[in-house]
Amino acid sequence: MCVAAPMKVIEIDGDIIRAELGGMTKEANLAIVDERPELGDYVIIHAGFALHRIDPEEAKITLQLWKEMGVIDEIPD
Amino acid sequence: MKYLTEYRDGSLASKMAERIKAISTKPARFMEICGTHTVAIFKHGIRDVLPEHIGLISGPGCPVCVTATRDIDKAIKLSRIPDVIVATFGDMVRVPGSESSLQKEKGLGADVRMVYSTMDAIEIARQNPDKKVVFLGIGFETTAPTIAAAVVAAQAQGVNNFSVLSCHKLLPPAMDALLSGGELDVNGFMCPGHVSTIIGTAPYKVVVAQYHTPCVVMGFEPLDILQGIYMLVSQIEAGEARVEIQYRRAVAPEGNPNALKTLDRVFEPCDSPWRGLGMIPKSGLALRESYRAHDAEALFDLDVPDSGEPPGCKCGDILRGVNTPIECKLFRKVCNPENPVGPCMVSSEGTCAAYYRYSQV
Ligand code: SF4
Repeated sequence: MCVAAPMKVIEIDGDIIRAELGGMTKEANLAIVDERPELGDYVIIHAGFALHRIDPEEAKITLQLWKEMGVIDEIPD
Repeated sequence: MKYLTEYRDGSLASKMAERIKAISTKPARFMEICGTHTVAIFKHGIRDVLPEHIGLISGPGCPVCVTATRDIDKAIKLSRIPDVIVATFGDMVRVPGSESSLQKEKGLGADVRMVYSTMDAIEIARQNPDKKVVFLGIGFETTAPTIAAAVVAAQAQGVNNFSVLSCHKLLPPAMDALLSGGELDVNGFMCPGHVSTIIGTAPYKVVVAQYHTPCVVMGFEPLDILQGIYMLVSQIEAGEARVEIQYRRAVAPEGNPNALKTLDRVFEPCDSPWRGLGMIPKSGLALRESYRAHDAEALFDLDVPDSGEPPGCKCGDILRGVNTPIECKLFRKVCNPENPVGPCMVSSEGTCAAYYRYSQV
């Protein structure tokens, strides 16, 4: 029950968004999200609520770290 | 797509495992305190790629599993009241109480409904104005703010026949209880990313300061977990203990202030009973006085006897990390996902269910 998944925002209607991942779509409420997402952003969704807008810059920093560790050669776009 | 696929890449995972082997010299045991981690570790065979002297053990990280039998008995008592509809998340329905389960009660005619979100429970309340809808609220800091937001919405929209039986739990007090118990032999915690999405890192700093045990907040993809273990091993090798965030794309050090504010508006910390760990001070959440009209504890007589755990079931010891399911005599023989004796076999994120599905023993 605790599973929370990153999904892509495909529709915004007031405080309700629709998000998609691998063909599955879900509705989510924005009442407690940390940062309002825009269309195309990724958000973490749990139990019908968006909890967090994924930070693309931070995602890149993780990949940068892997590069330094020698796990990847290039940071993908 | 840089948010998902890289973190699952199998060839990168073996490179990551090599890096861990290259730096790891000291034996260590790490505890994962999240059911989603437990399942991911099994599913991706993460134990198998680690050096032999690195052990992973499961802790009290599944909200279904840590719910006390007495709280399930309270929900069962509620479901027997004629005009009550009990709504809850999926797995809770199958967890055995002392002499029944919500599923059995449903079979006997009780109105028990599974919902995906608390908002669905509010909708049920709206559609059934002559009934009282009680949501059995379980979950850690990730879930509790969603319940809080729903309570705020119910009050604002005047949905007066909606209430919550709050069995929410807070993870850091449980870590503290585990470590202060002296039973547990761990050298680091694999902290759940989605709990920290809400609470950030501050509560773990207290654990680190008191017990000098490294904490790394990790994501749930195989490479997140391997990188997180790499970070724990690096700390162990350097003799350090810090809180670090591996799951940076989803966790800010301060967490989610908006969710925390909603949580604090509706709930206050209270002492709470955990399966296996007993009563832990300030480890649960009770509705505040101002939301009394939506607090099932205040609205119904929920007095039930305290009946302890099912005979023979070792869920309590498993949640404390002192036993594995293999050491339970009932495992596979009597207890399986079709016929679960304890909650650790019911929940899809339970340790017994994960062992049942993924281990050969
Ligand atoms: S195998 Fe079944 S009986 Fe044994 S600890 Fe797990 S849930 Fe309880």
